[in-house]
Amino acid sequence: MTNTENTCPSGTSEMHKNEPAGGKISIRNATKLYDPDGANVLALDNCSMEIEAGEFCVIVGPSGCGKTTLLNAIAGFHGITSGQIDIDGKMLCSGARKADPGADRIVVFQNGALFPWYTVLENVTFGPAVQGKMSKEVARKEAEQILAEMGLKGILHNYPSEISSGMRRRVEIARAMMNDPNVLLMDEPYRAMDALTKTIMHKNLLDVYDRSKKTVFFITHDLEEAIFLGTKVYVMTTRPGKIKKVINVDLPRPRDYKILSSDRYLELKLEVIESVHEEAKKAFEAGERELA
Amino acid sequence: MTVTKPIYFMGINLRKLRMSIFSKTTARGIFAIIVTVLIWELCSRNNVPIIGMIPAPTSVVGALAEQLTTKAYWQCWVVSYERVLSGFIVAQIFGIPLGLLMGLSLKFRDLTFPTVEILRPIPPLAWVPISVIFWPTPELSMIFVTFLGAFFTMVLNILGGVKNVDIRYIRSAQSLGSSNMDIFRRIVLPATLPSIFTGMTVGIGITWAVVVAAEMIASRSGLGFLTWKSYVAGDYPVIVIGMISIGIAGYISSAVIRMLGNRLTPWCKTQ
Amino acid sequence: MQTEQTLTVKEVDVKDVQVSSFSLFFFRLKLWIKSPTPYLTLLGLILFILTWWLTTEVWKLPRFEKLPGPVSVVTEWISKDPSYGISIYTPEYYQHIWRSIIRVLEAFGLATILGVPLGLFMGWKKTFKDFTFPVMEILRPIPMLAWVPLAILMFPEREMAIIYLTFLASFFATALNALLGVESIDESYFRAAHCLGAKDRHIFFRVVVPGALPFIFTGLQISMGVAWFSLVAGEMLAGEFGLGYLIWNSFILVQYPVIVIAMITLGVIGWASSAMIRFVGTLLMKWQARGLT
Repeated sequence: MTNTENTCPSGTSEMHKNEPAGGKISIRNATKLYDPDGANVLALDNCSMEIEAGEFCVIVGPSGCGKTTLLNAIAGFHGITSGQIDIDGKMLCSGARKADPGADRIVVFQNGALFPWYTVLENVTFGPAVQGKMSKEVARKEAEQILAEMGLKGILHNYPSEISSGMRRRVEIARAMMNDPNVLLMDEPYRAMDALTKTIMHKNLLDVYDRSKKTVFFITHDLEEAIFLGTKVYVMTTRPGKIKKVINVDLPRPRDYKILSSDRYLELKLEVIESVHEEAKKAFEAGERELA
Repeated sequence: MTVTKPIYFMGINLRKLRMSIFSKTTARGIFAIIVTVLIWELCSRNNVPIIGMIPAPTSVVGALAEQLTTKAYWQCWVVSYERVLSGFIVAQIFGIPLGLLMGLSLKFRDLTFPTVEILRPIPPLAWVPISVIFWPTPELSMIFVTFLGAFFTMVLNILGGVKNVDIRYIRSAQSLGSSNMDIFRRIVLPATLPSIFTGMTVGIGITWAVVVAAEMIASRSGLGFLTWKSYVAGDYPVIVIGMISIGIAGYISSAVIRMLGNRLTPWCKTQ
Repeated sequence: MQTEQTLTVKEVDVKDVQVSSFSLFFFRLKLWIKSPTPYLTLLGLILFILTWWLTTEVWKLPRFEKLPGPVSVVTEWISKDPSYGISIYTPEYYQHIWRSIIRVLEAFGLATILGVPLGLFMGWKKTFKDFTFPVMEILRPIPMLAWVPLAILMFPEREMAIIYLTFLASFFATALNALLGVESIDESYFRAAHCLGAKDRHIFFRVVVPGALPFIFTGLQISMGVAWFSLVAGEMLAGEFGLGYLIWNSFILVQYPVIVIAMITLGVIGWASSAMIRFVGTLLMKWQARGLT
């Protein structure tokens, strides 16, 4: 059952200092048709979503359903064929105009995109360095602080290849947060991790979210992760992608793993599973391969 | 919005082919080639230093018609190809088994390694004198030098290929009950096939380089000789024709190998 | 900032875990000595020299007897008064070596300075590649030696012609590898940089160049090998000094042991130059070396 009542992200804790500054995303009838190998492929078909500022929205759906396509359109890596995406009331991209990637919508990539040839410090201060908005000293202090808040100390001068994948992912989030983006776009960031590392990652991400109240656009296959992290879970149909169902996750914040055994959580989980499973079966039978 | 399926003919995606022929990329390429030829012609007419010394395109085209109709010209092709193929095939006959052995047996690799590593950096052409002293006929000595050129490349590539065979494939085979011979035939050999073909593609290029050099230095036939002779005789446009012919001949042989490779390794399709 | 959690993770300082590279080196050395590898290698080397010696100087097999054997080569090489004028005690030997090295350095240097930026640009900007790639692909299959007559026409001075030939071969290898290097960089890195606000010039120096560095160095090694290849050919055909010239000249003057001396010298120098490039590469690409194994 779709619950259309919008519940604001929990404001009971005294932890969050900032009000959401921006990051309201409005997607209307986004359609994407593209052309690999001379065969036209309809990736998105009139997909519409309204994401509030400061909302942690999670997109789930079977492989190849167009989740990444949507993220890429918001990020500005490619455009949409028709429809419109607005951010904070202003047009971001439409069928006629593609967005440019920018520091207000930073992406955290699936396989990680920390520059292997830069140290952790150089990676995290990359944004300020190229934008020229902060002096080196200030940037360094801020980087140290953000990393410390994430539980990462003393790795400033290591290369990404020298630290574990869990640390790398957190550094990437730190790198994004240095630029105070309005939206954090996360494309299955924890996909390649084992369950134990994931629990640490979740705690870390929720800390960051609770503190900063950024809009998070999070794609995942892991349904438990989706409900645990998200304010709203959007279920997408198999390709061509549309929004099938929006599920309001009204579990209180801050969240910890105790809620995994709560009744409400289990109800929500069942709802999501049923919805996604139907689509997954369709995708499986259609022999969908994962799109890049 | 229409969603269409690709059309295939003889394994080629027709729509994709049409898209690539009529694309901006092709147009730019053709434009660049035309501009280069024009500049070449202008430099030649105005006696610009260095580039102007190259015989003009117009004179080359003129001489081309003449060359294409003489039997001697095509004879050169045949002779050069014969040499390239013989040297190349000998290199494969010795190189592939050696490479495989070196890859599979650590002991064998340790034994042969110093010899191979010492001989490898010596440029093949440096072997010409020794080769001429040793072999009774000039043809044999040329084939030997050609063989050396392609041989080391093959061994190196195959070595890399064998090392890179994912150990999991071998373990799967073992757990499915394969004997060592079986594993070699059905896992290692096919898995190394791509690197064998890479080695061949690079090797044939080196073979051509060596054959052409050898023909210039010490022969009376073939495309390399044609090029050199034209210089000596003052027939300069034919030099360019010789060079282009060699380039085309080399390109054809590489393309044939690549096609053969794609045929024999259909699982290597890249998206 | 505390939240009650049943999970607490104690962060381990990475420095505590790193094994000192020094002790790692010695450990690996010990393993190597204990394995059959070094002994078999030595055995292989001895067998090779033995076969060479036996076939040419002891058994004097039919075609082998004309070849210079290891004994004659070595005696010539280390003699203070060599009969053919070339040994480690003669200045001419080093003159030839020096000449060849200088030529290779000039040609290789030029090829690198021109080839790397060109290749990087071609890989980075597709439009640029569209214009330049076809022309390059047409010229590339022409073997370096086929250029000899044309090079002599273009550069009436022999020295320039030789360097041009050597340069050309290196250039193509360098440019191609730089191109491939840029194309091998994962799209995600470009996207991440864009997200973080990087402009074109930032992208070039902070993503394109470092990302392509591994390929560039492989290309430089190949380019060095190709340079020596072309240089020797050029010197044999048209030079007056240099190791290639030495080989050809000794052949004509029937001073066979010198041929082998020059060949081995070539091999050693060629190997050393590639090794130096590899070394520089490892220095510049520290991030690869320090990865957790």
